[in-house]
Amino acid sequence: MGSRSSHAAVIPDGDSIRRETGFSQASLLRLHHRFRALDRNKKGYLSRMDLQQIGALAVNPLGDRIIESFFPDGSQRVDFPGFVRVLAHFRPVEDEDTETQDPKKPEPLNSRRNKLHYAFQLYDLDRDGKTSRHEMLQVLRLMVGVQVTEEQLENIADRTVQEADEDGDGAVSFVEFTKSLEKMDVEQKMSIRILK
Amino acid sequence: MLRAALSLLALPLAGAAEEPTQKPESPGEPPPGLELFRWQWHEVEAPYLVALWILVASLAKIAPRVQAGLLDFLLFGSLISAVDPVAVLAVFEEVHVNETLFIIVFGESLLNDAVTVVLYKVCNSFVEMGSANVQATDYLKGVASLFVVSLGGAAVGLVFAFLLALTTRFTKRVRIIEPLLVFLLAYAAYLTAEMASLSAILAVTMCGLGCKKYVEANISHKSRTTVKYTMKTLASCAETVIFMLLGISAVDSSKWAWDSGLVLGTLIFILFFRALGVVLQTWVLNQFRLVPLDKIDQVVMSYGGLRGAVAFALVILLDRTKVPAKDYFVATTIVVVFFTVIVQGLTIKPLVKWLKVKRSEHHKPTLNQELHEHTFDHILAAVEDVVGHHGYHYWRDRWEQFDKKYLSQLLMRRSAYRIRDQIWDVYYRLNIRDAISFVDQGGHVLSSTGLTLPSMPSRNSVAETSVTNLLRESGSGACLDLQVIDTVRSGRDREDAVMHHLLCGGLYKPRRRYKASCSRHFISEDAQERQDKEVFQQNMKRRLESFKSTKHNIYFTKSKPRPRKTGRRKKDGVANAEATNGKHRGLGFQDTAAVILTVESEEEEEESDSSETEKEDDEGIIFVARATNEVLQEGKVSGSLEVCPSPRIIPPSPTCAEKELPWKSGQGDLAVYVSSETTKIVPVDMQTGWNQSISSLESLASPPCNQAPILTCLPPHPRGTEEPQVPLHLPSDPRSSFAFPPSLAKAGRSRSESSADLPQQQELQPLMGHKDHTHLSPGTATSHWCIQFNRGSRL
Repeated sequence: MGSRSSHAAVIPDGDSIRRETGFSQASLLRLHHRFRALDRNKKGYLSRMDLQQIGALAVNPLGDRIIESFFPDGSQRVDFPGFVRVLAHFRPVEDEDTETQDPKKPEPLNSRRNKLHYAFQLYDLDRDGKTSRHEMLQVLRLMVGVQVTEEQLENIADRTVQEADEDGDGAVSFVEFTKSLEKMDVEQKMSIRILK
Repeated sequence: MLRAALSLLALPLAGAAEEPTQKPESPGEPPPGLELFRWQWHEVEAPYLVALWILVASLAKIAPRVQAGLLDFLLFGSLISAVDPVAVLAVFEEVHVNETLFIIVFGESLLNDAVTVVLYKVCNSFVEMGSANVQATDYLKGVASLFVVSLGGAAVGLVFAFLLALTTRFTKRVRIIEPLLVFLLAYAAYLTAEMASLSAILAVTMCGLGCKKYVEANISHKSRTTVKYTMKTLASCAETVIFMLLGISAVDSSKWAWDSGLVLGTLIFILFFRALGVVLQTWVLNQFRLVPLDKIDQVVMSYGGLRGAVAFALVILLDRTKVPAKDYFVATTIVVVFFTVIVQGLTIKPLVKWLKVKRSEHHKPTLNQELHEHTFDHILAAVEDVVGHHGYHYWRDRWEQFDKKYLSQLLMRRSAYRIRDQIWDVYYRLNIRDAISFVDQGGHVLSSTGLTLPSMPSRNSVAETSVTNLLRESGSGACLDLQVIDTVRSGRDREDAVMHHLLCGGLYKPRRRYKASCSRHFISEDAQERQDKEVFQQNMKRRLESFKSTKHNIYFTKSKPRPRKTGRRKKDGVANAEATNGKHRGLGFQDTAAVILTVESEEEEEESDSSETEKEDDEGIIFVARATNEVLQEGKVSGSLEVCPSPRIIPPSPTCAEKELPWKSGQGDLAVYVSSETTKIVPVDMQTGWNQSISSLESLASPPCNQAPILTCLPPHPRGTEEPQVPLHLPSDPRSSFAFPPSLAKAGRSRSESSADLPQQQELQPLMGHKDHTHLSPGTATSHWCIQFNRGSRL
């Protein structure tokens, strides 16, 4: 970790980031520290290698995909604002956010819709806006244990897509995805308390 | 007393009387309009004060007169403040609040047993020692014993949980002892904790918590059901007995002494202080919670703190010599318990409704939700890692990995361990549920997986489950079982049967192909065919009944079946058709309206293609085939072979009827009719043969009794049952030089033309029919129709 500075001024564009993501000052500082800790060679940005160094991600079935999500559009490096932008999805939803919903302003990054969108992007690798059966199968392969056979996995994938698919195109679009999860308390499930 | 009261009452009246006189005395102020309300204190002042004074004096009488020291009250407080798990469970099970709330209150009631036990014991011993002898170290020891008791109790429970899980791993071959193991080891945990003066309730709780996952995977479904329902029954009994004891003690006034002050005070204070405690602790908790507990939750939590049998048991155990106020305590405890259970218990449901507390949502688990929940969990764990924060998900992940690597391998049976995957579980359960509901609906509905199952075979295998499933699905809405039901897997055997159908993706074809190995005499039909036959027979019987009234002497039918048989097609399951034919024929014999029967047989034949020809081997019909016949037959065979897979078409009876009538009326027509029909079916190369046979048939004018060639009797076996009197004269005259049968049979063969067949058959029959007709007498008529060819030789 480099020199520890708790000055907000150290963070470049701190204010704009804060406005965009809604993090509190303390959280932003903490994230900045973490960013610097991950950035081993003090490059000022994070590469895939840096993130892969986090041991626990290696045993996470979705670890690779999550690392990928930090690098949108195929770029090789992620700077601090980008880092924070992804993490902003996991900020707990507070009542103030929903109350001061300014229709002109873009939806805050931690809204329910954006949270779901983030998760959806993890499924939809080819970014076509739909999760096809093939993509679902890939995700299942990652997440289901080795004791389930390929055939059973295919059945599960079929059934999953069938359950959610309403317009019969054999793939789950974002809208259908949202609908299938309407009963789930996504705001709570996809939030990390510490990122308040 | 009365005079005083009267005088008191008189005063205000006097005061009121003075009032109006006072008004005019006030210096010339105009009254400010009509006053609706005036404060008349000075009028009632005196009587009011007196009344108040008397009231206060009498209230003072209510004040507690109990002689007890601080320690005694501490003791009482420790036992009265304990929330009772039994009462809480009983009430909250009805109410269905959301899980968070339920687990907070219920968990509190379970875990505070340790606290209660410790406090009670500590205070008791302090009381016994006498307040003068208590020293500072004793307080410290008291606090330490709290930890010892609770953690020790939990540890005992976990040890027994481990033992239980381990032993159930090996009970594959002795399933019967599984419930016994569960009960005994759990009870042993309780006794051991009691023995070591640790918290017994905590021990049993931890035992259950710790072993559930492994035991559930290891023991058989039946054992699981046994354990669950036995526990429920026992719990119910125990609850009942305890509350009965409570009630009886309440009535037995020798055991208690009433003190209004104590009772009232206790009631008020338990409500008040509980609310206070809840508010304070929630405030502390909310600092650490993602989703804070709001006011409504707090209200439910404080209102849901019911006291129960634990408090009563503890108070009864007090030693009267050490605690002189025991009787007062007993009375108070009884009142408190009654009040909380009855009043609070009854009103909590409307309260929950009124406050619009979030209820527990029991929705069917969808695969999507399960999958996505897992995804989210993984995502969150990963993000926590990225952020570097060891939060809830991190620890949970770690625990799950540890569990997967070590514990599950040690404690779960190999076979159970292998299939241990939550997503798979949900999928499995959903499939079972679909399959069972599908079957229950009669088996012709497309399930959501898009598979169709034949209802008959599966019905046999899952018939037993339908009741259990009905119970499950419709299950009593009031109990938690609904949630448990979802997680309990149904019997493996039954599931395997259904699962086999579904998951192997092996859809049964709707049309059965009949086995070639069936012989006419002993047909090894499978259930499906049997069923079809039975249905068919019943239908035909019905039609026959209706036709009987018409009294058609149609002997044609006899001829019908025969032709069919000629078409020898080696098809599976022909035997069936044969047999049914036979049966039908039998029916036909009885009835004169035999046409239908033949129709039936024809239908059968369609199904069976001409595979029946095989069966015909057994029949005794000897078919003397002419050259033409042979040609026909060959043609037939080929023809029939072409059409094998046509579905069986059951001709509508009216057609038969129609056909009959014309036959009777004009044979000529029929002939024409037939030929036109048959020609349709007859392949071109066979036309000549066909025509020849027809002509030959027509030429046969002689009474066919002997000639009726073909009519051999139906295969003995089926028919015999049907009609005892089948005059099987059938004979043995196969000689009818009928080219007929072959062609007829051929015609019959083509399944695709089944409908055409029928008419044809009917027509053909007339051909035969009127041969038979001539010679047929009612008696013989019946016999004619089974023409049995010795196919085997033919083909």
